[in-house]
Amino acid sequence: MPPLTPSQTVGPFFAILVPVRDRLRLRGGGAPGVPIEVEGCVRDGKGRAVPDALLEIWQADAAGRCNHPEDPRGGGPNPSFAGFGQVHTDAAGRFAIETIKPGRVPGPGRLQAPHLLVGLFARGLLARLVTRIYFDDEPSNAGDPILDRVPPDRRPTLVATSRGGGVYRVDIALQGPQETVFFDV
Amino acid sequence: MRRDFRRGLMRNTKVPIHGYRRPPADCHPPNDAPGYRSTAARHPTRPLVVIPQTLSEITGPMYGHRDPGPMDHDLTRQHPGEPLGERIIVAGRVLDEDERPVPETLVEVWQANAAGRYAHAEDRHEAPLDPNFSGCGRAMTNAKGEFRFLTIKPGAYPWRNHENAWRPAHVHFSVFGPSFLTRLVTQMYFPGDPLLAFDPIFNAVPGEAARRRLIASFELGATEPGWALGYRFDLVLRGRDATPMET
Repeated sequence: MPPLTPSQTVGPFFAILVPVRDRLRLRGGGAPGVPIEVEGCVRDGKGRAVPDALLEIWQADAAGRCNHPEDPRGGGPNPSFAGFGQVHTDAAGRFAIETIKPGRVPGPGRLQAPHLLVGLFARGLLARLVTRIYFDDEPSNAGDPILDRVPPDRRPTLVATSRGGGVYRVDIALQGPQETVFFDV
Repeated sequence: MRRDFRRGLMRNTKVPIHGYRRPPADCHPPNDAPGYRSTAARHPTRPLVVIPQTLSEITGPMYGHRDPGPMDHDLTRQHPGEPLGERIIVAGRVLDEDERPVPETLVEVWQANAAGRYAHAEDRHEAPLDPNFSGCGRAMTNAKGEFRFLTIKPGAYPWRNHENAWRPAHVHFSVFGPSFLTRLVTQMYFPGDPLLAFDPIFNAVPGEAARRRLIASFELGATEPGWALGYRFDLVLRGRDATPMET
């Protein structure tokens, strides 16, 4: 069996490949659902902005369906909502994602609360970091099978705060007292 | 009928998950690698939280984002003139750990020019830019998982990590595969490069055999006679668990 290829850092110059964009527009194909905007900032252990991070977002549509042939609820490309996008942080470490609120995806034993998957790449990260973004106005967070695995005092790092008007705020801290929970999956 | 099926699934939430194997410990570099200075304030200090794979993770972007154009694999023909440097071919396959080809997946590359300079505003290395070289390419793998790029051999360049630090010549690779979990960003190095021994990024990979997998092999058979030298570089993504699990 061929062994896995190791990861290496994305480095500082990936922008020559991925067009620079600090605002990601995932909606726009006329997809049904509640429009939302998630904005945030990536910071390092000294509280400094991380201006050279690349975030990859993967999420279900409003019905909780993943745009992938292995979703058992009917595969085939979804022309109105891709569910994937890439966004850079700007000079102040900020990013913004305009999307629709994801529905609930089946999880171990029960439905998961609505969430975005995030893959984070940057200079200084030798392998991708994986985290999730949940929403603080979701009652279903209480029974989410993944949040349940996270120590209660660290759960808030995964939950975006509603600021009204469909805008949510979440900060990603690579280190420090509010260090974001990253997953081994 | 499909609607009824869907409603049933939403009710009982039982979905079989065919997961992906976890990487062996000696494969990926740790995010805390003291020799690579930029990791100091950027690596998580708390242990990663181990979670089960769900439908969210085993799916991923498969459907046609940023489909490459027919010439995007040829980095030597993106401008009116030809780039300076040694033309090379980088050919390989994308496989999974069970040696199954990964077809129709996006492979992207980016690199410095022959002088060791990236076409990026933040690259301040005092080496010439090449107006005929942008340094990025894209290709889809074919049904056998194969890809092929035509480019020029990138130059080594200095960086500020430590006294007299130089990155060995390398090509950055980005591959998606069929799942959020198969995503891989890595770097391809060249055989016999004396700078490899001194590079903290390459040497952050724990296993010697794993490090060797980042080095392309020179392959005369991949060479285009009279035109370009050939290198082979295969990428192996995470394989599936032996059996699906009912979650």
